Amino acid sequence: MIRSDVLKSIIPVISDKLVVCNIGLPSQELHLLDDQPSNFYMLGTMGLSSSIGLGVALAQKEPVIAIDGDGSVLTNFGTLPTIANNVADNFVLLIIDNGSYGSTGDQPTYAGKKTSLTEVARACGCENVVECDAKDTASVLQQALDSKRMTIIVCKCESGNIKVPVIDMDPVVIKHRFMQEIKARNAG
Amino acid sequence: MSVNKKIVSDLINNGVEFVTTVPCKQLAGVIDEIDRSDAMYHIPSNKEDEGMGLCAGAFMGGKRSAIIMQNTAIGVTINTLVTLIQYYHIPLPMLISYRGELGEPVACQTEMAVHTKALLAQLLIPTYHFHSAADVDELDAILKYCFMSKKPVAILTDASFWKGA
Repeated sequence: MIRSDVLKSIIPVISDKLVVCNIGLPSQELHLLDDQPSNFYMLGTMGLSSSIGLGVALAQKEPVIAIDGDGSVLTNFGTLPTIANNVADNFVLLIIDNGSYGSTGDQPTYAGKKTSLTEVARACGCENVVECDAKDTASVLQQALDSKRMTIIVCKCESGNIKVPVIDMDPVVIKHRFMQEIKARNAG
Repeated sequence: MSVNKKIVSDLINNGVEFVTTVPCKQLAGVIDEIDRSDAMYHIPSNKEDEGMGLCAGAFMGGKRSAIIMQNTAIGVTINTLVTLIQYYHIPLPMLISYRGELGEPVACQTEMAVHTKALLAQLLIPTYHFHSAADVDELDAILKYCFMSKKPVAILTDASFWKGA
């Protein structure tokens, strides 16, 4: 399975959840597969999906899933200690680890070599870290949401991309509808 | 009221409930004051661009946020300021220690100081410079302007300001 297969497999789990999605192809694929006002697409700023997602989770009570990549987590490595030390039990960080920088031509990352993001997350103090095969991602993600405990999932999948159009939605529209959705869900 | 208390009280009165910090010697007092307050969630960041991601998320989650950092961070955060904070119209007060100004003991700090205002001007970020202790009286209006305009706003606080605090 490649990343787009993983995304397709988790749509039933994440479709009605608040989702912050990583820059580049992951956002473009999610937008193509299942555009929702509850999705926040990053159009720039590599590395900050987990930080934005944690910020959303700490500020309100609904569950938040941040979809990140191994390359992006490596770019913003400082995020893992911050997550570990600021526990938000409504937060799940899903790292889709295909061992490559997918959006830029599948150049290999260190996560595909000697570095284990699972072990790094544990060493940073994250308490619930689950590494899974790509095919099990949907069930592992559902279990993480059901546990109501902050969880880091490292999903190991193959490198590769499908052709997807860029997102032409204005950033302010993406933000506005995401915020309206959060407000409505927290009003109840 | 001390400058540190005044800064924290203005943040609280403007609805700021989420603050991230990367420390600087000049900012130690205000960070202590934030830690003493129950009205704000303080989340230290390892790097300032990470902090801006946290602030953007908290803002979208319904909490006004602010970042406290050193001016060296301008060099770290330009891409984040442009492609996240400005691109998505996210208000972000940035309380910045302006190292490398008059009274600075560390020579290297002057290297970023000479670029600080030029970089902020190039990024079209509204910038205010607190030089004497009384300048803090403008903070309340600056915060209101920041949230009204949905822009990042820089408040540079130099050594003279903190000396008079």
